[in-house]
Amino acid sequence: MYKILKKQVLSDLVTLMEVSAPQVTRKAQAGQFVIVRAYEESERIPLTIADFDRAAESVTLVIQQVGKSTMQMCQMNAGDEFATVAGPLGHPTEIENYGTVVCVGGGVGIAPVYPIARALKEAGNHVISIIGARNQSLLFWEDKMRAVSDELIVCTDDGSYKRKALVTEPLKEFLETRKEIRHIWAIGPAIMMKFVATTTKPYDAPTTVSLNTIMIDGTGMCGGCRVLTTDGAQFVCVDGPEFDAHKVDWDVMMQRMQFYREEEKLAVEQWKHQCQLAMVG
Amino acid sequence: MAKKTIIPKKTPMSEQSAEERIHNYNEVPFGYTEEQAIGEAKRCLECAKPLCMAGCPVNINIPGFIKLVAEGDFRGAVNLIKETNALPAITGRVCPQETQCEGVCALCKKFEPVGVGRLERFVADWEAAQGALPVPPLPPATGKKVAVVGSGPAGLTVAADLARLGHHVTIFEALHEAGGVLVYGIPEFRLPKAIVKREVEYVCSLGVKLVKDFVVGNAATLDELMEEFDAIFLGTGAGLPWFLGIPGENLGGVYSANEYLTRSNLMKAYRFPEYDTPIARGQRVITIGGGNVAMDSARTALRLGAKESIIVYRRSRDEMPARAEEIHHAEQEGIIFNLLTTPVAFHGTNGRVGEVECLRNELGEPDASGRRRPVPIKDSNFRIATDIVVIAVGQSPSPLIPKTTPDLKVAKGGVVTVDEKTMKTSKKGVFAGGDVATGGATVILAMGQAKIASKAIDEYLKTGVW
Repeated sequence: MYKILKKQVLSDLVTLMEVSAPQVTRKAQAGQFVIVRAYEESERIPLTIADFDRAAESVTLVIQQVGKSTMQMCQMNAGDEFATVAGPLGHPTEIENYGTVVCVGGGVGIAPVYPIARALKEAGNHVISIIGARNQSLLFWEDKMRAVSDELIVCTDDGSYKRKALVTEPLKEFLETRKEIRHIWAIGPAIMMKFVATTTKPYDAPTTVSLNTIMIDGTGMCGGCRVLTTDGAQFVCVDGPEFDAHKVDWDVMMQRMQFYREEEKLAVEQWKHQCQLAMVG
Repeated sequence: MAKKTIIPKKTPMSEQSAEERIHNYNEVPFGYTEEQAIGEAKRCLECAKPLCMAGCPVNINIPGFIKLVAEGDFRGAVNLIKETNALPAITGRVCPQETQCEGVCALCKKFEPVGVGRLERFVADWEAAQGALPVPPLPPATGKKVAVVGSGPAGLTVAADLARLGHHVTIFEALHEAGGVLVYGIPEFRLPKAIVKREVEYVCSLGVKLVKDFVVGNAATLDELMEEFDAIFLGTGAGLPWFLGIPGENLGGVYSANEYLTRSNLMKAYRFPEYDTPIARGQRVITIGGGNVAMDSARTALRLGAKESIIVYRRSRDEMPARAEEIHHAEQEGIIFNLLTTPVAFHGTNGRVGEVECLRNELGEPDASGRRRPVPIKDSNFRIATDIVVIAVGQSPSPLIPKTTPDLKVAKGGVVTVDEKTMKTSKKGVFAGGDVATGGATVILAMGQAKIASKAIDEYLKTGVW
């Protein structure tokens, strides 16, 4: 069992958990992920490692409530235990001194982009970061991102905080004016990553995204996470999770990610109903 | 002595009717009663030169245990089997007996063979019914440490053998449940998970340490494990699913059999939403392939509520690699067999599969496998409507460990190269057995290799000679 050491609510939908997982922290690197199962009956879901502390043998997971599994996780508290935390899985980010780089984080994607920005900064890059969310209440880690970035742009879709823009707008401006940009990392909702890809493509700017498709084992065994790329079908768990954004067939990927929409709805409804009954009872 | 009258047919095992069982996940056959077992055991001719033993990949003393069953000494029978096979409740259920022990039984010339698998299963279940197994006396600890990677049939066998020899064994399992293919692949209705759990608990009772959620290759490389352990056994199976590489394969509703069965078996998606993992349920499910995994998938589909479950297989019935009993059970349950048919594309709307486009085949000359090769008939394209597709055309070993172990020699298809007499790999101190070393075979073959490996590992630990 994997004990939750610390819980911090980052926004209305996003919660941070520091979890004891010695066998993960020993080798964890930026860009990798873990498979987490909250309870015995729970799904196995992939979560990117947002940070890790080798001395404390803990990993930091940043969880956004999207379905029953993540809602349940966010309701758990320090002292509770997850049934499974397996990893580190997937390839780590290829960190080197590229020169000038851009790190784009959208919504919950700010969490996984943070250790990448930090590692790139430590490797000597000039790091430009762009973080954004739908509104101010969903934004988090502005200070942490600022600490590892040479420049930071913060935006919200609705203009409730800082610049009113989608992350692709400042990104496009940087690509127009800063020819020294060598590489872009973008992590966020699939639709955001798709538009980052279409934004950077005309500039031939190498762009890496971190995908989060539906998985079971996370070790290459089920193939459920597969995405179609220009190199053929690839498994996100073992070939990724990072991919060349310009090679991914985004529409096929997003359709696959929608496959269990009805089941997910049903699971949430039933669970909420049970929670209400428990409160009344 | 009067000549023995032989009952021509095997004593049948009573089983759930097909109509009933397609609506539940319970095991199909109920197993023998004591009287039935004794009756069946008495059919054995007690050959002077028993062929059945030679037909068994782990050389179980088959005539010996059958004689004990005939005498009513079930304890003696199970103990005799366990001298060479640690998991009889499992092999009694999943071995392809018709091509092994039963296939060479002397009775086969005129009659049905002795039901060796049924008797094996009976004595193993009899033993389980007597309560928890006593832990055999263990020799003093040798101080040697062995890492077993993977808790499937091969890993469990090696772990049990080496623990009984006094070595300290740790099993590393990537998933959250021990048992490997026995828990993620083979369905409950064919192999109840309680049996696997019992066997795992027995192995642990011998002092074996089980570490779950540990992905060797990622959480630790083999070289890192070697710093702590004196030897390593790789029993990681064949977990990498094959796809067909045809258009439309990434539509929603197209599953690898690994995914379909893992959702249903390991994650218990058949009990959704009580369990959280969903699985697509459709009126019609098409499974592609003709092996045991295909039969398991097609039969799972029925239990998930499919009105029609169709097998699409490119050769004919005679070439199907599945166990005879599985094909028989599938037919009883109303699975439709679309033979001599090869899928060439999947079509769908809104990202969900809706049709499988196929070609008709005719049988040509035998290929490398000795089976007649399917030859597509030109322009014979036709489409079958479907809600779900399950691809069950095979799998190969996972590349995770070889990728992080440059000095581990791997042959074509990702199969780890071993010396078949010792199961030694190219890397000092590392042994391998089961599907990772064969590419994909049976539970019993995996256990047979595991037995060879156990001996060689023990030898290596004692002498240090590689």
